[in-house]
Amino acid sequence: MSPPGAKVNIAPSTLELADPGNGQAIINDFSIVVATVNGTGSQTSNLTLLRALFKMGIPINGKNIFPSNIQGLPTWYHIRVSHEGFIAFREPAEILVAFNQVTAKADMAKLPAGGVCLYSTDWRDISLRDDVYNYGIPTNQFLRQAGVKGKIKDYLTNMIYVGAIVQLLGIKLEFIEEALAYHFGRRQQLVDQNMGIVEMSYEWVAENLEKEDPYQVVPLDQTDGQILITGNEAAALGAVFGGVTVTSWYPITPSTSLVDALNDFLPKIRRDPDTGRATFAVIQAEDELAAAGMVMGAGWAGARAMTATSGPGLSLMSEFVGLGYFAEIPSVIWDIQRVGPSTGLPTRTSQGDILFAYYLGHGDTKNILLFPATAEECFEFGVIAFDLAEEIQTPVLVMSDLDLGMNTWMTPQFKFPSEPLKRGKVLSAEEVEERGFFRFLDLDGDGITYRTLPGNKNPKSAYLNRGTGHNRYAVYSEKPEDWEENMERLNRKFETARGMVPRPVIDQVDGAEIGIIAVGSTLPAIEEARSKLAKSGLSSDFLRIRALPTNDDTRDFVANHKRIYVIELNRDGQLHQLLTVEMPEMASRLMSLSRINGFPATARWIMNSIQAHESVNN
Amino acid sequence: MRTGQREKTNDIGLSRADYSGLTTTLCQGCGHNSISSQIIAVAFELNIRPHEIIRLSGIGCSSKTPAYFLGKSHGFNSLHGRMPAVGTGALIANHSLLAIGVSGDGDTASIGMGQFKHLMRRNVRMVYIVENNGVYGLTKGQFSATADEGQELKYAGTNPFPPEDLCVEAITAGCGFVARAFSGDPKQVRELLKAALSHRGTAFLDIISPCVTFNNRDTSTKSYAWGKEHAEPLQDLAYVPKDFVPRMDEIMVTHFSPGEVKLVELHDGSHIQLRKLEEDYDPADRLGALHRLEWARQQSEFITGLLYFNDSRPSMAEVNDLTETPLTELPANKLRPSPEALEEIMHSFL
Ligand SMILES: Cc1ncc(C[n+]2csc(CCOP(=O)(O)OP(=O)(O)O)c2C)c(N)n1
Ligand code: SF4
Ligand SMILES: [Mg+2]
Repeated sequence: MSPPGAKVNIAPSTLELADPGNGQAIINDFSIVVATVNGTGSQTSNLTLLRALFKMGIPINGKNIFPSNIQGLPTWYHIRVSHEGFIAFREPAEILVAFNQVTAKADMAKLPAGGVCLYSTDWRDISLRDDVYNYGIPTNQFLRQAGVKGKIKDYLTNMIYVGAIVQLLGIKLEFIEEALAYHFGRRQQLVDQNMGIVEMSYEWVAENLEKEDPYQVVPLDQTDGQILITGNEAAALGAVFGGVTVTSWYPITPSTSLVDALNDFLPKIRRDPDTGRATFAVIQAEDELAAAGMVMGAGWAGARAMTATSGPGLSLMSEFVGLGYFAEIPSVIWDIQRVGPSTGLPTRTSQGDILFAYYLGHGDTKNILLFPATAEECFEFGVIAFDLAEEIQTPVLVMSDLDLGMNTWMTPQFKFPSEPLKRGKVLSAEEVEERGFFRFLDLDGDGITYRTLPGNKNPKSAYLNRGTGHNRYAVYSEKPEDWEENMERLNRKFETARGMVPRPVIDQVDGAEIGIIAVGSTLPAIEEARSKLAKSGLSSDFLRIRALPTNDDTRDFVANHKRIYVIELNRDGQLHQLLTVEMPEMASRLMSLSRINGFPATARWIMNSIQAHESVNN
Repeated sequence: MRTGQREKTNDIGLSRADYSGLTTTLCQGCGHNSISSQIIAVAFELNIRPHEIIRLSGIGCSSKTPAYFLGKSHGFNSLHGRMPAVGTGALIANHSLLAIGVSGDGDTASIGMGQFKHLMRRNVRMVYIVENNGVYGLTKGQFSATADEGQELKYAGTNPFPPEDLCVEAITAGCGFVARAFSGDPKQVRELLKAALSHRGTAFLDIISPCVTFNNRDTSTKSYAWGKEHAEPLQDLAYVPKDFVPRMDEIMVTHFSPGEVKLVELHDGSHIQLRKLEEDYDPADRLGALHRLEWARQQSEFITGLLYFNDSRPSMAEVNDLTETPLTELPANKLRPSPEALEEIMHSFL
């Protein structure tokens, strides 16, 4: 038996047979991986396939596994299709579109026996596996026939595999046409051009190849009323409806698309209807130091201010976040986590900034962290991050990641926020007159004091905001008792925050032996693993933390389970470490199940690891 | 002018004391103190409403000074070298505010050089003062990037590197109001400050402000003795308030001895009146200004005055086409679009 609290070993993954070989069809339950070269426009083809499946009512998820490069390196797009609604990353995929000759051999080697390989017959020296279903497509011939020349050739090549997949899986062409129309914003000429290639390939496959593999799709009704959106778009939309006024940022993958989305939505729906002028500003800063500084300046002045960044940028923001904590400045920072340290793997996903973000800033800092797990939560937290920041007067870090932020998710449509904007304890000129103003005096006993904004006409409202030691009246002080009083109050404020941040989501089942705790985008893999574990006789309860600091719900959950697996995507089990610090008396119940390889979590990894550990345990 | 027993008040009924701050904790004789006094004097004289101003700074002895002036205005003493970003954020959030920012040569010319230049590029509406003493005061006497080449300091030894000229940096970064002054010439500091407060975008004042504790040897170009001896104003300056536009001949007669006089109109309709002391100097000529600064460097001249002026560029807030109401004062219904707008967007993702 491994020592309590130790890291759980990852069991080697056992490949399941893709095709049971009994001649039975496998319907709506497989993964496709499309291997192409980046910069050729394959994203359009992949999203077209994804959307067509979605329009057929089948639960799906699309993940782009892309290189840190603009053009010419291999890229893979994974589409998970699941009638059970399991949309986690799954490797290996059963269906391979091998359209990158450079990686074809390795890609083919990954296929499970009984899988499907779609390749181009124009390639030389291609050795096919005899334990998979191979379908060769004469891509050059199509392009010649269609009279495609020049730049657009690579791009349209990608529509060839779309046509072939559509034929092989039994996707209805009308859905592809709808998806193309969506993509091209109903520019019919482009739709027709792409559709022409798709149809040509579709017909050719029908006439020339015989379908032998078992994979098929049939329409379902499980996506009705849902939308397809990336987490970053959802987050931006949340910010727009949360009343963001100032955004300052510096480009960095994978957070850039969040600000791109802001730049798309804001001018459309946040111009003042009366004057057409902007009720927002988005400033591209000279670096993340400046981005954070502008957010702090704006937050202090009374704006709903935010930035979006990733690990390297967050590193640069640390001095300002510490200032924001101590000088109590409402501010929102989205950290779309990628793999670090250093430049790391900039296009791969991770949950590696948890500890860093929680303690960001030198000295005694503790920050409020939100962990969205779905596109819907990206939207919701996009809104409430501002409420919390202004109510608690502190930086709020929203911890998303590349997988959630940049990949395309199906989600119920977002609900209009039910609560009004919460602007926190801000005193007007009149209120200052009536009750006086003491910037850091804890009048309510909750650690949260009252602030005034620059521009307040009451001369008694003025104060000099600063990162240096200050007393309750915001006057510079080096007195030990003032420092202590202030830091104790900040702690009180943090305790108050425990009851204000989103509570965890708990799913308990009868007869559960073990507990699982996690944050963020590992959710789909955990749900799938739990379902499969339950089928194998091991039921589990699940608590998904949605914010730090934690509250009693988490403590109770830990107290009620003998073994709890803390699942996360980083090497050192950062969430696990935090929980053991928060509840040292129960630390031995907490097992760390953590891993970082740049890919999203898979149900198989979670299942195998838990099973392996449990079998040793019992 | 009112006189009498009662404390003198300005046109909006405020006394000088209403513009002061806490008692300074800087060394006696520090150049920075005299600049604080001029800020107080100018705010009083211009009838500035304290709530329309914010005071900003970075970190350093110079950056402490906002505690010592305009105590009835909000202020933000931020991080070392990061005042520009904080100011940019605050002023985009509330563009009705006017910022007086104080920085040091360490705060600006080293750690904050990048932000300094980008603030100028963006033309944030702010009076940016560098209290330039050629040394790090607060950390006790290290060379700053504006220290003279070959200069010797007690603790720091000999400076092997050439100084940066912050006025050159400001001009090349696109700043439209660039001036140099000497804290030992309060009148010039005052007139420049007044004009700077009326400028459309960033107004930069490089004020040589001796550090009596660490860099005041007579041979230092940042010392009192050197300044008194060498300061060469390019112009005689006088600020002319908006509702007070005298005729040209009057100006010459009443305020100045004969010489060529130029009235430069500022953004709010006030003027700065320049009487040329140097025959060919034209502050509207960017290349000329750079040329003159380089010449001054070669000749070890200490030129002061309005070095460059151009208010053709829009300010940051103008570029962003912001609502007239500051973003911080917009009501909730302007900040959150309607349920229909959300529905429409949701539809577009179906
Ligand atoms: C990030 C950071 N690094 C270093 C310091 C230490 N520090 C404080 S003031 C200062 C130099 C200030 O020099 P200057 O801006 O010229 O101001 P002066 O004191 O001369 O007026 C330094 C290096 C700091 N506060 N923060
Ligand atoms: S050390 Fe120099 S800069 Fe600092 S207060 Fe004293 S004289 Fe002024
Ligand atoms: Mg200095």
